[in-house]
Order: sequence, then structure tokens, then C-alpha cells
Amino acid sequence: MARRETPEINAGSMADIAFLLLIFFLVTTTMDVDSGISKKLSEKPPKDYVPPVIKEKNIFEVNINRNNEMLVEGETMKLGKLKEAAIKFIDNGGGEGKIEDGVSTGPCDYCKGARSASSSDHPNKAIISVQSDRLTEYGMYIKVQNELLRAYTELRNRLALEKYNVSYDQLEEDYKNDQKNEDLKKKVEFVKNSYPQIISDAEPTS
Amino acid sequence: MSKFGKKKKEMPAVNTASLPDIVFMLLFFFMVTTTMRETDLKIENPVLPNATEVKKLEHKSLVSTIYVGKAKDKKLGSGDKIQLNDKIATPNDVTAFILNERSKVSEAEVPFMTTSIKADIKSSVGTITDIKLKLRDVGALKLSLSSRKSAEIQQ
Repeated sequence: MARRETPEINAGSMADIAFLLLIFFLVTTTMDVDSGISKKLSEKPPKDYVPPVIKEKNIFEVNINRNNEMLVEGETMKLGKLKEAAIKFIDNGGGEGKIEDGVSTGPCDYCKGARSASSSDHPNKAIISVQSDRLTEYGMYIKVQNELLRAYTELRNRLALEKYNVSYDQLEEDYKNDQKNEDLKKKVEFVKNSYPQIISDAEPTS
Repeated sequence: MSKFGKKKKEMPAVNTASLPDIVFMLLFFFMVTTTMRETDLKIENPVLPNATEVKKLEHKSLVSTIYVGKAKDKKLGSGDKIQLNDKIATPNDVTAFILNERSKVSEAEVPFMTTSIKADIKSSVGTITDIKLKLRDVGALKLSLSSRKSAEIQQ
């Protein structure tokens, strides 16, 4: 019996086929990962909703007009100074914190602000209100939001470094990689709730 | 001289046997990283703002994108236009768009759905606010204002 050798498959054109596919995917590929400033919209208030009375000193007012100029607490301000001003306001800690489930959170013991009586009571009471004009440029609006978020990030990082010797960014990163870690979760929650991001977008003037 | 010149040396062919392997490797890389653009833009490609405090959006299937910018078609006028799926729309259409997106995912995942607004840096806040109000009405509260990550923004 003569042994038949199986004929070899000609793979010469394999490269061509692969190249064709490669070029197709090269052309259609988009590598960008969508990223952005995340915001949580407030829920729609019921019809008979009465907004709570908020003390003037607990509101940090930022106005942007249609020429992209900024008015902070009644004074014009350059974008570069906004972060410092926001930190000063949030971190003031001049009074008692808000009452959660009937328990007062008490004065802010981690704040390093001036504790002035004319600025915010507690980070969880400090509200930043951004009012913009309908014709304000979107780019400017994002810049302002970004500066305000930077203020929060800086404060959170400071607190996390002080308490746990690790920055908040790192803490969040670790938690993301280890979702089941209750200890980490507690830490993240604590820092987050110590400086909650309360940025409200007032309806724009037209 | 002729003694030497007669011997013609042939160039050995380059071995290309491993070429398909290399190409396949590249092919797989691009196949894995590729995301197909589902919609073609009716508005001009928006110039996204730069920001430092950006968060990456995970779970692409749970993200619905709204584009805002100037229309490519000059007949539609020069104001800000909103694009949903692949046509220009008005803020009133946002509700239907979100409901449609919701029907595509399972009910358990609906609370995790995010709306990403890709707006041009030159568009006006008023347009964005119109969209936001509609999103609030329909209860799509998670929002991402798409921006590019940059180390430091110029003041």
C-alpha cells in the first residue's frame, strides 16, 4: 500500500485576506473613549413643592453673562481665582452641619477655613449655584464647572491624605479595582460625604 | 575580470512565511479595539471642551449620545442644532429618544443609563439647558458633559 501524503494547503493568499481585513478595521476604528464631566440632574420637583429656605451665607453664587464674564458673590472674578474662592467658601465651617435623620452632624471638625460667620456653615450645607445666560458659551460653562469640581477634588484629596495617608483619587481607584472591600468603601463614602458636591444649575436668564 | 563576473549570484528570497502571523496579530488588535461609529454626523464634528476633572464612561451600551453643534447643511440655518440618532431634532424629541434608548436595554439596567452630551464649545448654554430640562422630565438623571481630558487648562 502506497502511503498517500496529504497535500499541503496553499496558504500563500492568507496574508492577502488578512491584510484586507486589517485595512478594513484600520479604517473603521475609532479609539477614543468617551469621557466627560459627570453631573447628576435634580429630580423634577412636584407641583406643590416649596423650596426650603436657605440662608444667604450658605450659597456661593456664580454668574456668567453672555460675554463670558464671571460674577462671583457680586464681584467680577477671573477664572483662575475661582477655585481658591470656592475652596474658601466650602471649607469655611462657620457653624453647625445639617441635620440628617434627626441627628445633627455638628460643626465641621476637619475644615481648615476661616470659620467666618458670614460664610458657609458646613461643607454639607454649602451650595454652589451657577447661573448662566442662555447665550453663554458652552466652553466657558464647562470651564467654570471644571474649576468648581477641582475645588472639591482638592478638598477631598486633602482630607483623604490626612486621614488615610492616601489621596482620594487613589482611594477611588483602589475601590474600583476591589469592589468587595468594605473597608475601602467606607473610606470612599466618608470622604465623599464629608465634602459632598452640591453644584446647582439655576435656570438661565434669557 | 570575466572570470569573476560570470558567476551570477542570485539574491535569496526573503522568507515571508511569518508575514501572515504578524498581520493577523495586528488584525486582532484592531478588531478588539474597534468601535464602529453607528451614526454619521449631520452636524459639524463638535470641538469638545477641555477639562481636568473628567470621568470615563463605562459600559458603552448604556450610553446614549446627543450631539449639539452647527448643522453641516447650511439650509438648516446657523443656530445650534441637536442631533439624535442620525437626524436633526428639536429638544421636544429628546423624550422619545430616551424612551427608545431605554427599550433597548433590560429593565434592571435602566437606572445605570447615562446620557452623554457632545456639544461644541461654541454652542450656547441655552440649548444645553433645554435638553437638560427634557432629560429631567423623563427621569434620565445621569448626565455626562463630554469633554477631553487635559492636564491643565489655559485660563
